[in-house]
Amino acid sequence: MNLNLLSWIIFLPVIGLVVIALMPKQGERTVKWVALVAALAAFILSIAVFWMFDRSSASIGLMQFEEKIPWIPAINSYYHLGVDGLSLPLVILMTFLGVVSVLVSWKIQLKPKQYFMWILLLESSISGVFCSLDLILFFLFWELELIPMFFLISIWGSGRKEYAAYKYLIYTLVGSAFMLAGILCTYFITHTFDISALAGIQISSSFIPLSVLFFLLMVGFAIKLPVFPLHTWLPDAHTNAPTAASVILAGALLKMGGYGMIRVCVSMLPQVAVQYAPIMCTLAVIGIIYGAAVTIRQTDLKRLIAYSSVSHMGYVLLGIFALNQVSLVGASLQMFSHGVITGLLFAMVGLVYDKTHTRDINNLSGLARQMPVIAVVFSLAGLASLGLPGTAGFAAEFITFAGSFASVTIAGMKIFTLIAVIGVVITSGYILWMIQRVFYGYPLEKYNGVGDADNVEMVSTFSFVAVIMAVGIYPAMLSNVINMGIIPIAKLIGI
Amino acid sequence: MIMDQVRFIAPEISLLCFALFIILLDLFIEQKKVLPIIAVMGALVSLVLVIMLWGGQSADAFSRMIAIDQFGLFFKLLILTSVILVIMASHRYVLKFAKFQGEYYALLMLSAIGLMLLVSSINLISIFVSLELSSISLYVLVSFLKDKQSSEAGLKYLILGAVASAILLYGMALVFGMTGNTCLTCIAEYIRGMPADNLAGTPALLVGLVLLLTGFGFKIASVPFQMWVPDVYEGAPTPITAYLSVASKAAGFAVTARVFMTAFGMPAWLHNDWAMIIAVLAAVTMTAGNLVAIVQTNIKRLFGYSSIAQAGYLMVGLAAMGVASQSDSVVRSGLMFFLLSYTLTNLGAFIAIIAISNNINSDRIDDYSGMAKRSPMLAIALTICLVSLTGLPPTAGLIAKIYIFSGAVDQGLLWLVIIAVINSCISAYYYFKIVKVMWMGEPIRPEKVTSSWPEWVALSLCCVAVVVMGVIPGAFISLTQAAAKMFGL
Repeated sequence: MNLNLLSWIIFLPVIGLVVIALMPKQGERTVKWVALVAALAAFILSIAVFWMFDRSSASIGLMQFEEKIPWIPAINSYYHLGVDGLSLPLVILMTFLGVVSVLVSWKIQLKPKQYFMWILLLESSISGVFCSLDLILFFLFWELELIPMFFLISIWGSGRKEYAAYKYLIYTLVGSAFMLAGILCTYFITHTFDISALAGIQISSSFIPLSVLFFLLMVGFAIKLPVFPLHTWLPDAHTNAPTAASVILAGALLKMGGYGMIRVCVSMLPQVAVQYAPIMCTLAVIGIIYGAAVTIRQTDLKRLIAYSSVSHMGYVLLGIFALNQVSLVGASLQMFSHGVITGLLFAMVGLVYDKTHTRDINNLSGLARQMPVIAVVFSLAGLASLGLPGTAGFAAEFITFAGSFASVTIAGMKIFTLIAVIGVVITSGYILWMIQRVFYGYPLEKYNGVGDADNVEMVSTFSFVAVIMAVGIYPAMLSNVINMGIIPIAKLIGI
Repeated sequence: MIMDQVRFIAPEISLLCFALFIILLDLFIEQKKVLPIIAVMGALVSLVLVIMLWGGQSADAFSRMIAIDQFGLFFKLLILTSVILVIMASHRYVLKFAKFQGEYYALLMLSAIGLMLLVSSINLISIFVSLELSSISLYVLVSFLKDKQSSEAGLKYLILGAVASAILLYGMALVFGMTGNTCLTCIAEYIRGMPADNLAGTPALLVGLVLLLTGFGFKIASVPFQMWVPDVYEGAPTPITAYLSVASKAAGFAVTARVFMTAFGMPAWLHNDWAMIIAVLAAVTMTAGNLVAIVQTNIKRLFGYSSIAQAGYLMVGLAAMGVASQSDSVVRSGLMFFLLSYTLTNLGAFIAIIAISNNINSDRIDDYSGMAKRSPMLAIALTICLVSLTGLPPTAGLIAKIYIFSGAVDQGLLWLVIIAVINSCISAYYYFKIVKVMWMGEPIRPEKVTSSWPEWVALSLCCVAVVVMGVIPGAFISLTQAAAKMFGL
């Protein structure tokens, strides 16, 4: 029985988009309902896929829910979808964030019709990236995501929104330009675009040094993740994007980078990955410490969380290039948990901004009195972000560090890990200090009566909390699935 | 014998009859509105005649003057399609020179005949004659507005075009002098017969080859023969700019590909040599086009430079063809698919620009501010075309780039592909500048921007085709692969 569930997950938002496009102008109130229904339907389907996912050991390393039809026969490219343990959690993450990002935009005033169309297109393109098993299709979805993000930032953003949108566009395009060259080289060497087949091929070439190929592919992912010197687009994009776009950007979009590294770079060229792992780990550690250090100094709430993402994505990079089975599982889990936690943090900042019209920490104080619910949820999210046991953040970071510390594939991993752990300490510092300045201390009179979260906002934020807690208390729920996707990759590396 | 072969040029003959008929009719009728209808009908008839020739064996006609092959027919279809779309887009614009509508349509069709003969010519003589036929019509058309800018553009185009023709002719004379032949396949045969060291010792032939490249380089607007482009594009009536940027360029690429592949496709060192020249020119062309486009404030000039940049990408395909063996039709189909995608995209963009400029009487990019509010549909259409020109999904532009670049990587031109992909990033900057102005700017005037239904039909055809080709490109790529059969190869 083939229900083409993955196609539905990808294209349900597109259907929602078309419905919205055909709706008359007066129907602007119903637009958000259509968007919500489309996003919710995709989310339910992704849960169904998670439910039906075959967890037996026989299907380790196999793609499930596959769909494959010829797409561009001339270059052997297929419309090829499928999920394994690595991609499934990220698909769920995206569809989940799709739903909440519609909810956090519930009160949007400016051009709601266009806004929700872009949000839906964004959701569909990112889900497409995680489901694609054909490099050209992967690249198509990878590029497709740019257009909605560009419009979301530049029309609905704030501050230097056009600058931020441009910076985002050019950065990403440069990365994907190299990636395209890399993909074409891969095709020239192997004559296939099939991602799952490429993982098993011993690639050798006299045409281009494999390390060059590795870095051609890597640049695009490194910009997206972002890896330390290529991260400067991220604070600008995050700070100036509207809340929902920040949620998706931090929550799902950055994960495209980490996912691509594991799925394409490491799986396809494991030996080269081993060779260059020390460099990547060095960048990861720099990213962790530098990101955390810069975060302390931020006074804009959104910028603060944006820089903390740079630091947290360092853990992902460290986990990936420790090239150990456990650390890879940890990195994947960290991608999921960071997606939910930072998504929530951005949603909360959005709420605070809605109520107080400022994001400047110096202008905020004692908000816990005026908005207790927001304060509690914000604090919870912050605690999860610094890795409090019982939350998703702890599970992910612990597995990542445990794995990378134990890694014997790469020399000196213990030292890298020890330095990286300092990042956790700094994280606690800036998170707690930020929460203390914003929510505790003397309440300011000007914020009396600004009101707390309303029902829609409670639904969206509490659902985040539920996921964070669920994964934190029982991480095996996800890590078992992730492990199924990681085992074959670990085998390729030879551990 | 000759009469048998007439059917091979039936499309051109019928188009010629319609063109002459339009001139005559223009004398007698007051209602000029029928003229574009007749012109479109003429082009459609010609289109049907071309389709009837489709699928046959490659053959030559008129003592090896022209060839009937899928390659030529494909480009004839492309040229006729752009003629039809340009006519549909110009019916409001022609009111600027209301007295000369008949001549306008007739000249447009005559130049199309020239281009159609050009893409199927397999003899240096017929190539030159058909090139002149199309060029002379275009010289007139460029200066049709008769204002200062348009006249200057026409004169510039005429003088530079004449120089280019002279250089081309000189090259042809040298090639003829060295090989004793004007027909392309005969030249190829002669070169194959020469001993290898003898060929290298014939510098005149190589000079001839370079001069041919120069002459064609003018037509396809490759650096350093691109000087005419911005001024001519800016001064010419906008529909003619559109026509120049697609049909004339496509035919230029077709004839370059044909001459170099057929006549100079062997031996290996020869085709590798000219491929390298083209590869270097391609790198310079796209970089120059993209960099200068960034600072443009006039949309027609911007598209002039953008078309130079696009010519650079197309030359990547041309270079890959040169490196590939003569019989490799995959690389050829890459060039053809890119031209198909580029033609539809650029035409779409220009039709939107024509519709907008009919209303606002300005080509300044700043005046496009807030176009999304004044005419949402035109803004959406122009955005789709700009996204496709940048090479982003879900449009034909991305697939075309992937396809043409994959051919180039296959031929070992990785360095060129890397330059090309970086160039696409640069191009995003100025294409999205227009997008930004349209969607984020505030309208400078409140009144709506309107468009007529023929403009609409033409524009939606382009946009739908661009998106369809971007989402399900398989069928179109098969079409170009089938059409990559060239006479004599």
